[in-house]
Amino acid sequence: MGETILRMHGIQKFFPGVHALNNAQLEVRAGEVLALVGENGAGKSTLMKILTGVYTKDEGTIEYFGQPIEIRSPKDAQDHGISIVHQELNLMQELTVAENIFIGREPSSGLFLNQAKQNKMTQELLDSLHLSISPTTVVKRLTVAKQQMVEIAKALSYNNTKILIMDEPSAALTESEIQDLFVFIRRLKATGVGIIYISHRMDELKQITDRITVMRDGQYVDTVDTASVTIDQVVQMMVGRVIYEEPKSKSNVTPGAPVVLEAQGLVSGDVKNVSFKLRKGEILGFAGLMGAGRTETMRLVCGADPKDAGVIRVKGEEVKIHHPKDAVAAGIGYLSEDRKRYGLCLGLSVADNTVMAALDALSGPVFVNDRKIKAESEKYVEKVRTKTPSIKTLVRSLSGGNQQKVVISKWLLRDCDVLIFDEPTRGIDVGAKSEIYKLMNQLAAEGKSIIMISSELPELLRMSDRVVVMCEGRVTGELDISEATQEKIMTFATKREVG
Amino acid sequence: MENNAIQKKLDLQKLLAPAALVILYVAFSIIAKDAFFSLTMVQNILESSYYIGFMAFGVTFIIITGGIDLSLGTVMMCSALLGAYTFKQLQWPLIAAVFVTVGVGTVFGFLNGNLVARLKLPPFISTLGTMMMSQGIGSILTKTQSQTWPIATDPVGGWFKQVFIRANIFGIDRFPVGALWLVGFFVIAALILHKTKFGRYTFAIGSNEEAARLSGINVDAWKVGVYTLSGFFVGIAGLMYAAAYTTITPGTGNGQEMNGITGVVIGGTSMSGGSGSMAGTLIGVFIMSVLKNGLSACGLQAPWQTFFTGLVVIGAVLLDIQRTKAANRVKKS
Repeated sequence: MGETILRMHGIQKFFPGVHALNNAQLEVRAGEVLALVGENGAGKSTLMKILTGVYTKDEGTIEYFGQPIEIRSPKDAQDHGISIVHQELNLMQELTVAENIFIGREPSSGLFLNQAKQNKMTQELLDSLHLSISPTTVVKRLTVAKQQMVEIAKALSYNNTKILIMDEPSAALTESEIQDLFVFIRRLKATGVGIIYISHRMDELKQITDRITVMRDGQYVDTVDTASVTIDQVVQMMVGRVIYEEPKSKSNVTPGAPVVLEAQGLVSGDVKNVSFKLRKGEILGFAGLMGAGRTETMRLVCGADPKDAGVIRVKGEEVKIHHPKDAVAAGIGYLSEDRKRYGLCLGLSVADNTVMAALDALSGPVFVNDRKIKAESEKYVEKVRTKTPSIKTLVRSLSGGNQQKVVISKWLLRDCDVLIFDEPTRGIDVGAKSEIYKLMNQLAAEGKSIIMISSELPELLRMSDRVVVMCEGRVTGELDISEATQEKIMTFATKREVG
Repeated sequence: MENNAIQKKLDLQKLLAPAALVILYVAFSIIAKDAFFSLTMVQNILESSYYIGFMAFGVTFIIITGGIDLSLGTVMMCSALLGAYTFKQLQWPLIAAVFVTVGVGTVFGFLNGNLVARLKLPPFISTLGTMMMSQGIGSILTKTQSQTWPIATDPVGGWFKQVFIRANIFGIDRFPVGALWLVGFFVIAALILHKTKFGRYTFAIGSNEEAARLSGINVDAWKVGVYTLSGFFVGIAGLMYAAAYTTITPGTGNGQEMNGITGVVIGGTSMSGGSGSMAGTLIGVFIMSVLKNGLSACGLQAPWQTFFTGLVVIGAVLLDIQRTKAANRVKKS
């Protein structure tokens, strides 16, 4: 491993009333991938914003190739060769790869753009990174993974990047795309670039990083060699306590428990004849690769999309579901993976969101019953232990885990017996994750039935009583938890139809 | 915390509209002196606030759902025209004409609602369409003839003005009866917006329509309801306009919608939907009305009023953008 190229030391940052960074530090060596991990609010982003010149530090030193430097603006960082690839892609979808990479500094001859030169320069850049992407391709035609790589190429195209920060680069990628990304990252680090890799996905750290720096509550905790620690140890450092992460060994469902939800022969564009049964008190895991049709299936069940064929039975009786209101009336609640888009009204209060599906029951003939609304909202804040200053707090100011709890409260208050969790812990930090798990177990024990879609196999194995595996819109396997292993699930998940 | 500081700033902005109203009033009183600071002027301000107010009450609901209604002004005129037409030309009883006026507004609202909610047209386009349609219909049916509502001394329909605008009652000469209607319907609109399911869903739809739908709310039906309710208020606005100004000229009304919409936005309702209040709208309406009358008291005629209304529209929307930015900052930090 190379020399140390960046050393941030004793970094302090204050916001009005918040001590965001307290003595934070960071060291990056040439040609390494350094993971920067910590729960939401641990100070990772703030530290990176200081490094890229978005914020300025209040105290502390930044040494770059042995020289103390000051980074006062994003341009300063750029000039020093410090680049960042953001979590959200910032490419212009309708423009070509070359146009995106050289936007704002297009080579030109006289009044006109020199497209040929631009494409040639892009080709050289892409070649040097061993990327098989054409400079003239319109970006929207690329897969998300390829777009990500274009974004990285763009970051590297600024004069000799020495430090590249990647903020959750894998968040939007499928398993195989992530592997492509890793190949790319390995090639990049061989050129001597120091990479700071921010991720919430623990399993990735083992695969791609050399060292791990852990932060907690704005403070530096430790830096360790990836090879010398277990994921559990890292998690423990992040949260400051031990988190239970063992797979479930046997089903908790009482034998002979009645079937509460049955789907038979569901068909729509991406869903091809899917059937399954869910029992009372069961947590039914849905495994599969990205694009296997799990979310699409559940959107049919909860009436979010129209289905072409299929029957849904709730407690043995057929229910016609044409609109989400039909599913809600039948006691089916859907918790989307994209809470902000499908689950919550961010600009409304905790109380407003909690009662949204149950307002009929909380209204008199004319007016809503504000006293009842307050009482019920407070009851559920307490029941699911939502951390919020009050029920009048706007949901947008809560953390991801607490937002998820508000959605859960909404369905519990509506008295839904079937809860469909789609990636319930996505974007939620480790401590809050385990609380969501506990809550789900508690709900199942109380007799609620839960469907859980998850792309994280350890999570599925830990939570599910039974696992249904899907591939390309079909159910390809079903495993009782006692016989389920990661390998078996992956075999089913890649069992494509022949021909 | 930083959040608190921004929250305080947001709270301060709530006081901005009432403060602006007071400042405007004082400023005009100083500039235009006697021409503005008089009982007649108070009456004029009140009387032009009636129809703006009813337009604004209705469109508050629409703007909170994240929509817009550009047809307010012309539908108001169309309903007043058709009401007068049934009374004068068709010789219907005046009370029937009153119902026709409110009915025309409601029907247009229902039409807007269906275009937006069921046929999924963008509100901007669908109401631009009905704006031109309503203006056309008003002119076609009246053969482009001005229509007059009965004046106060009219033996048959003299009660019209007395019921809706002013009357010598309670021992007061020219008592502003219209203000009672305005306040009465303000209370009703505020109760609907803030205390009923209808109002809660209005906010929910504007905040996140898809989340509302997935929560089992029949979003399309409620949206039709919102536009229809707004249309009903616009119909009443037509009535108030008729009672205040008596003569209705076909082909007018274009641009009046801006008085209503601007009133709503000045009052703190966000153009991006999901937040707002009826009390804010009421203040905003008075600001528009004071501005209108104040400018003419300063000797600035109609073209100047139009110019300043445009200026205020831009100012109000700029303010709205600033507010949204501040709110987003709360989200990020």
